[in-house]
Amino acid sequence: MTKGKLYYEVCTRQASYTINHHKYDCLVIGAGGAGLRAAIGLAEQKFSVALVTKMFPTRSHTIAAQGGMNASIVTSSMHEDDWRWHFYDTVKGSDWLGDQDSIQQLTRDAPNCVYELENMGMPFSRTKDGKIYQRSFGGGTKNCGKEMAKRTCAVADRTGHALLHTLYGYSTKFKNIKLFSEFFVLDLLQQEGAIVGALALDMDDSSLHRFQAKNTVIATGGYPRMFFSCTAAHTCTGDGCSMVTRLGLPLQDMEFIQFHPTGMYGSGCLMTEGCRGEGGYLVNSEGQRFMEKYAPKAKDLASRDVVSRSIATEIRQGRGVGPKKDHMYLQLHHLKPEVIHKQLPGISETAYTFTGVDVTTEPVPIIPTVHYTMGGIAINYKGECIVNKEGCDEVIPGLHSAGEAVSNCHGANRLGANSILDVVVFGKAIGVNVGNISKPGDSQPELNHNVCDSAIDNFEKIRNANGSVLPHELRLSMRTTMQNKCGVFREAKLLDEAQNEIQKWYAAFKDIKVTDQKLNYNTDLIECLELQNMLQAAVQVVACARNRTESRGAHFRDDFPKREDEMDYSKPTEGQTPKPMEQHWRKHSLSHLDLASGKVTISYRPVIDKTLDDEVQTIPPVPRVY
Amino acid sequence: MPFLRITYGTFGQLRSFATSSALGKRVKSFAVYRWNPDEPDKKPYTQNFEVDLDDCAPMVLDALLKIKNEIDPTLTFRRSCREGVCGSCAMNIDGVNTLACISHIDQNLSKPSKIYPLPHMYVVKDLVPDLSNFYRQYQSIEPWLQRDNEAAKGKETQLLQDVEDRAKLDGLYECVLCACCSTSCPSYWWNGDKYLGPAVLMQAYRWIIDSRDDATGKRLSKLKDTYSVYRCHTIMNCTRTCPKGLNPGRAIAQIKTLLSGMVKKQPPIMDPAGLQKQAASN
Ligand code: SF4
Ligand code: SF4
Ligand code: FES
Repeated sequence: MTKGKLYYEVCTRQASYTINHHKYDCLVIGAGGAGLRAAIGLAEQKFSVALVTKMFPTRSHTIAAQGGMNASIVTSSMHEDDWRWHFYDTVKGSDWLGDQDSIQQLTRDAPNCVYELENMGMPFSRTKDGKIYQRSFGGGTKNCGKEMAKRTCAVADRTGHALLHTLYGYSTKFKNIKLFSEFFVLDLLQQEGAIVGALALDMDDSSLHRFQAKNTVIATGGYPRMFFSCTAAHTCTGDGCSMVTRLGLPLQDMEFIQFHPTGMYGSGCLMTEGCRGEGGYLVNSEGQRFMEKYAPKAKDLASRDVVSRSIATEIRQGRGVGPKKDHMYLQLHHLKPEVIHKQLPGISETAYTFTGVDVTTEPVPIIPTVHYTMGGIAINYKGECIVNKEGCDEVIPGLHSAGEAVSNCHGANRLGANSILDVVVFGKAIGVNVGNISKPGDSQPELNHNVCDSAIDNFEKIRNANGSVLPHELRLSMRTTMQNKCGVFREAKLLDEAQNEIQKWYAAFKDIKVTDQKLNYNTDLIECLELQNMLQAAVQVVACARNRTESRGAHFRDDFPKREDEMDYSKPTEGQTPKPMEQHWRKHSLSHLDLASGKVTISYRPVIDKTLDDEVQTIPPVPRVY
Repeated sequence: MPFLRITYGTFGQLRSFATSSALGKRVKSFAVYRWNPDEPDKKPYTQNFEVDLDDCAPMVLDALLKIKNEIDPTLTFRRSCREGVCGSCAMNIDGVNTLACISHIDQNLSKPSKIYPLPHMYVVKDLVPDLSNFYRQYQSIEPWLQRDNEAAKGKETQLLQDVEDRAKLDGLYECVLCACCSTSCPSYWWNGDKYLGPAVLMQAYRWIIDSRDDATGKRLSKLKDTYSVYRCHTIMNCTRTCPKGLNPGRAIAQIKTLLSGMVKKQPPIMDPAGLQKQAASN
């Protein structure tokens, strides 16, 4: 790997650091679906791109997406479709907390993004007439809730794998994308109010690298690993979100954590919603198809938060399966074996490996498992990172973000098969926007000598940490607290306990110990840095969950079971004056973390209801039933 | 939530819980390869670790994580998805190249499990191999769809592909690029700089055989020289070891038949550009 020119030495600290300097038009942090799609869009416009990632691109968590990506394809062979129906489903799925301009962007551009991927070579499953195969997925309907739709474009049950490999393969076409694989980004660099790049650690030899860029893109994924049981990879540690936190900027809607209804009992590996999309269903200990009770119309294909809560309710009421009555069954064996072999081959294999179950003859033991984090860095429909100053959204110059790291269109609950869609839609949007606001080779400011100082200070503290707390013990404590006290059902008492505990763990990090003191591929150090990132995000999750005294989407409070909007739905809404923002909860939480004390302060930002143009009308909030 | 309750405690409790694990009843030992270039005077060696299987999840990766967490945090290996889809955790377990996260721990307690990095690769540290040559070779096959006429901009639509043509990609596209097969291939061991190896050749075949791809001729001619394909002597180690159950040996054999001219790539059953042409005429 060619190293950039040596820049300068920092001698004021315990050790002296040599920093290698690199300069590119654009810096993309993370090389999953969003990072790769952004890099490709930028490279097509001749920008020079540094693609910096802590693992080789095809190892990213995008790979684990199974079921597919939603797109209303007009020439579909499934049925007549309209992106406005997809728009409606997504707004409703978000429990009216998603920004509708972003949702318009997401759903309107979906078909084009799918065609692009197909044209790059993505091996979609096909229908008889040779078109992209589409299946049903939770929350996806025709005609605004009238009938279940088949809108989810799939590559058997390995859609994420095919997507990631396609994007990575295509990205190698561009000589102006320089990949820095196994480089761990420590912090963003800020100068005169703009983001001017980032400081990264080359894991191979622990050397430091300063990447200067006119535009920086954060595509580092979500933070589900702060929970004990999750479907996500070990590497989903919310690094980018915490980089933004360390800049002193707020994160949005951190309390919204999606539980996937069907994680495998024990290992937590995912059983795709496509299982139910192909006709599978859930059964309790009485052999009953209980979802009919909770969602008479959509049944097993209701929104994920609804299905997860229904499972948890069944278990609470003693109808769980297994010796401890603590999980549930997902049944597939009534399906034709051809359907299972053709459309669900990967998951049949994984279910056998991890639970020993042959899905063609027995049900699979499942449990709602943490799956996706709706909260993160606030972005607008162009992928620009924004801060809300006195009620107005302002763009942070030089900073874009996309993927699970952000918060804009999923609101309080993401619809299945909208995640690998959002990575490509907003990854692409970033390319377009950067092309509009800058040109390849644009001049960049001279960086101040001290621009890396705070990043190095934090790094040095951890690098030399020789306290008494072992990272894995602290990590386990954090994950246990989050799992037991900030889960599917939340209430004040549990959340107060969660708050005390998570603050204790946050403080304990000051006394952390890094055992491996060598420079070469030090994963002990990397895990410690990731733990810091998770803790900084976790205190915000708990604070926001405690603060939000209502139930909306994935955030369910036993003590406040109602959604609190600006309108009272027990009466006709026509003619009602909406309540002011202080008196209801249909608003984004913005959390600010004081790094030294761990104290979180929360402010609010209104939800954007206005659509981009009159191609689609805004959907006013109504109670959400499936 | 009763269904998610797990061991929970203070640091003290957790620590005693951790250190007492070696005293359990079903203790399995793991002989793990160790080497760190930061210690130039130390030769590679194997280190024994003992893990109580009653207190450990079932896969080899679980045991390695437990060792790293509770015994030796300097033990180094790659991992991410823990479900056999990302290809990070490829290593040699009891003589077989495979993915640690989907390999069940051998329950025979009388002999240690031997854990080594992928064979015949440069080692970065412990179980982490240097895969940069492997990745470069993958890039050299141009792993993206190539058409003679790119779709006209603004007229984006999907290419058509018959179900039967699509089925030709099954068993090829699922590869996770773990390199287990290539690093089990004797020809790759000795000529890894020039011979592309089974993983990369199977991906080359995946693009050659795609009914939507027009660059078949170019792709095949790039594989003509004696090293690219012909170093494969059909020893089939690759197919035997693939943790995803794929058959790279067969894919190479198919490339050879195409190169020899014995078999020709079938024309697509459906015109891939069918919809584009329709759109253009409208
Ligand atoms: S069949 Fe060919 S590629 Fe596979 S191991 Fe043998 S020589 Fe190597
Ligand atoms: S063919 Fe199999 S062994 Fe080879 S790289 Fe792909 S998944 Fe791994
Ligand atoms: S950790 Fe992803 S394949 Fe093993």
